Amino acid sequence: MSRESKIWTAVMLTGLLALVVRAGFTTTGMGRAYVHVTQGPNGIVQEDEATYREYRQAVAANPAQTEYRFNLPRTIGIWAAAFFTLAIFSFLFRDNPIYKVSEAVLIGVSAAYWIVVGFWDVLVPNLIGKISPSMVQAWAIPGLSGADAVPKYIYLVPLALGVMLLTRLLPKGNWISRWPLAFIIGAFAGIQMLGYMHGDFLAQIRNSILPLVVVNAGAFDPWDSIRNTLIIVGVLCCLAYFFFSFEHTGVMGSASRVGVWFLMITFGASFGYTVMGRIALLAIRIEYLLDDWLWLIDPLQRR
Amino acid sequence: MSDFIIHQWWLLLIVLASFAPLAFKMVREGAENTLRELDRGWVFLLMLWAVLVPIYYIGVTGATLPEVPSALSQAVFDEIEKLKPGDPVLFSFDYDPASAGELAPMATALVKHCAEKKLKMYFIALWPVGAQMVDNTIDKVIKADFPQMVYGRDYVTLGYKSGNEGVIKVIVTNLRELYTTDSRGRSLNDIPMMQGIMNVQQMKLIINISAGYPGTKEWVQYAVTPYPDTIRLIAGSVGVQSPQLYPYIPRQLPGLLAAIKGAAEYERLVINKYGGPTPDPKYMEGLRRMGPQLIAHLLVIALIVVANVLYFTSRGRQRAR
Amino acid sequence: MKRQVPLIITAIAGFALIAAYFIPYTQSWGETTAIWFDVLASIAFVLGGGNLLRVHLKKISDRVAGWGYSVIVLVTFIITLAVGLGKVGVAPAPQFPNYPWSGPYRQTGAPFWFLYEYAFVPLTATMFAMLAFYIASAAFRAFRAKNVDASLLLGTAFIILLGRTFAGVILTEWIPPNSLFSGLRVENLTVYIMSVFTTAGNRAIMIGVALGIVATALKLLLGVDRSYLGKD
Repeated sequence: MSRESKIWTAVMLTGLLALVVRAGFTTTGMGRAYVHVTQGPNGIVQEDEATYREYRQAVAANPAQTEYRFNLPRTIGIWAAAFFTLAIFSFLFRDNPIYKVSEAVLIGVSAAYWIVVGFWDVLVPNLIGKISPSMVQAWAIPGLSGADAVPKYIYLVPLALGVMLLTRLLPKGNWISRWPLAFIIGAFAGIQMLGYMHGDFLAQIRNSILPLVVVNAGAFDPWDSIRNTLIIVGVLCCLAYFFFSFEHTGVMGSASRVGVWFLMITFGASFGYTVMGRIALLAIRIEYLLDDWLWLIDPLQRR
Repeated sequence: MSDFIIHQWWLLLIVLASFAPLAFKMVREGAENTLRELDRGWVFLLMLWAVLVPIYYIGVTGATLPEVPSALSQAVFDEIEKLKPGDPVLFSFDYDPASAGELAPMATALVKHCAEKKLKMYFIALWPVGAQMVDNTIDKVIKADFPQMVYGRDYVTLGYKSGNEGVIKVIVTNLRELYTTDSRGRSLNDIPMMQGIMNVQQMKLIINISAGYPGTKEWVQYAVTPYPDTIRLIAGSVGVQSPQLYPYIPRQLPGLLAAIKGAAEYERLVINKYGGPTPDPKYMEGLRRMGPQLIAHLLVIALIVVANVLYFTSRGRQRAR
Repeated sequence: MKRQVPLIITAIAGFALIAAYFIPYTQSWGETTAIWFDVLASIAFVLGGGNLLRVHLKKISDRVAGWGYSVIVLVTFIITLAVGLGKVGVAPAPQFPNYPWSGPYRQTGAPFWFLYEYAFVPLTATMFAMLAFYIASAAFRAFRAKNVDASLLLGTAFIILLGRTFAGVILTEWIPPNSLFSGLRVENLTVYIMSVFTTAGNRAIMIGVALGIVATALKLLLGVDRSYLGKD
């Protein structure tokens, strides 16, 4: 075994030992889930998330109480979530089978999640429920009423297009899927063209028409005037940089140079905000490990 | 701070011990050579500690950094403050767990603010997992702290619909054709607060929490721009997308919470007005997260400075030769 | 026929939406087209799932390297799909106790929620959290102030990184807030950079992108660009 492997094995074993000791041999423990059990309407048992603090208070008030309970499946879930988090982070050292297994689980679960959401939130109410509301009323949405309970056979068109779209999976004859694809492309192009033309082209030109001389409460405001002038100059110079039909020499060249400077400042700001964004995402995972799993911190006073 | 160092000495020992191999290498080969050939694993480790230690410190001490709200965060706050009890607002949760680190604090604070103002809240989602984000925020804020609010009378979740901007295009003129039930399968005809609501132009304010596509840009393009007189939009956005939304400010987008900093500033505003003497820590998630942000930002700056110093010194030596 | 009909469909779908935008009488055509588009988007999820099944089944049958991971993908896919589509463990809606499938599929405590909360969330969130490490590594390895442009970029990044945290506020709090130099306080500098330079730069990019999208959309709707039809 190389020295590096020995060090890593020692680190892993120490970590595992620390986890075992903390989970099993300290008064606080770690990574446990509790629920508040109530009887919902129609006698259905409801389990809502409860904190360890609420559990302790309930037990202190009545040691025989069963309203607040330890929940094994959710506890296993917390440990599974922590395992998955560490498994994904292990990729930072090197690609390894534990990471690959976690990645495979992610692919499988997320693909199925999207299908389930699409089925229950869109296909059932907006496709099957429109063509045959009585069928959907009988098993899934009993509350359908009024105009929503009247069949609309025009929805047979998207149903037919949808079935044609699924022929893309066939080894032969998948040219049939061109029809729904053409519809999707056409609709998407139509939607986007209008949105970008109105919201990003015309509206942005309008937003750029700013007063060069700003008068606030009867007095000339130099700072707002400079600000507006810089914005207009900036937009024009950046557009000059993107305009390649004329050679970037002379006035055009100087304008595009200034445009590049504006763009560099823009990209610098974007980089700064991107760093900010990514760090917040890391912070929430570290918080999960330290708070929900290891119980080392308790910012939400749940224990 | 000294108390923390005394009691949490074990953490600081682990941090220092983790850099021992690098320190030995620097002593053996020289600092400049080591840094020039620095393995990226050491950078990863620095980033890990830069985020973990402040989180642990804030978690143990409860300290947060002061926040002075910026004009844009104040604008978001003022837009909601202007509304009257009973005014309908539409929330569009366009994010997933991957962006919850930045956006969940905003969502929590925005829903709390609207609940304190007794606004009627309508929740939709343009991302498939957004509907679950809605459920989580409702459980965390409305069910926990506003038990007097009644589903169907004070708030309703309409759920997710696929189609991205295609959804916005439909609901600005005809919401009822796309939404026949709420996310729980109840017919909209049976929900009191849906009576008379035919499209989103009837909302006094649209609040969009966005992680990317579809998101704020699409709401601006397909809702605000075609209907500037009837639709008013404020948004919370991830850091990556925020600079791209600045051109819409203020005409198309009067207020924007940009990244976790915007979330922290807005939380400060909401807590100052509605938090009471001892604000609930769940409304200070963004404020707590500014601690690791500070250290990690300083680390990134330090890394860039060190790298450039090394670059210029080696370039200077090459030129001298 | 195989290529003509799709071109006509593309044109009709696109121009129906464009007409609806300008002619109020045709607004319902636009709504109908958009709703069909929304429904087809959901069917596209099913297509994606089907393609996933096909690709991974092929990997397993061909015994390519790493086919074991494909087994894991398929097993988790099928389990999640089964518990989600079947609303396994979901209690019926309180007002409809006799309809087993009337409850919400995302009900807390159900197996589908379990898979979401303890598998989907940690995995997706951690995947994105790793980007923080890579951005630090990229900052160390790649960002060099080699010329004026790069220096401008880095300088702006420093101001933003400092200005959006408490460190920046402390660094420049000695500058009086109402003086002539208050603009140099880093929190104010950040605001000016964003509201002037970033706005101008992004606005120009937006205008350029909008023109590009309009051109591309017109090429698609008029049948000039037929690449989406694939080969015969």
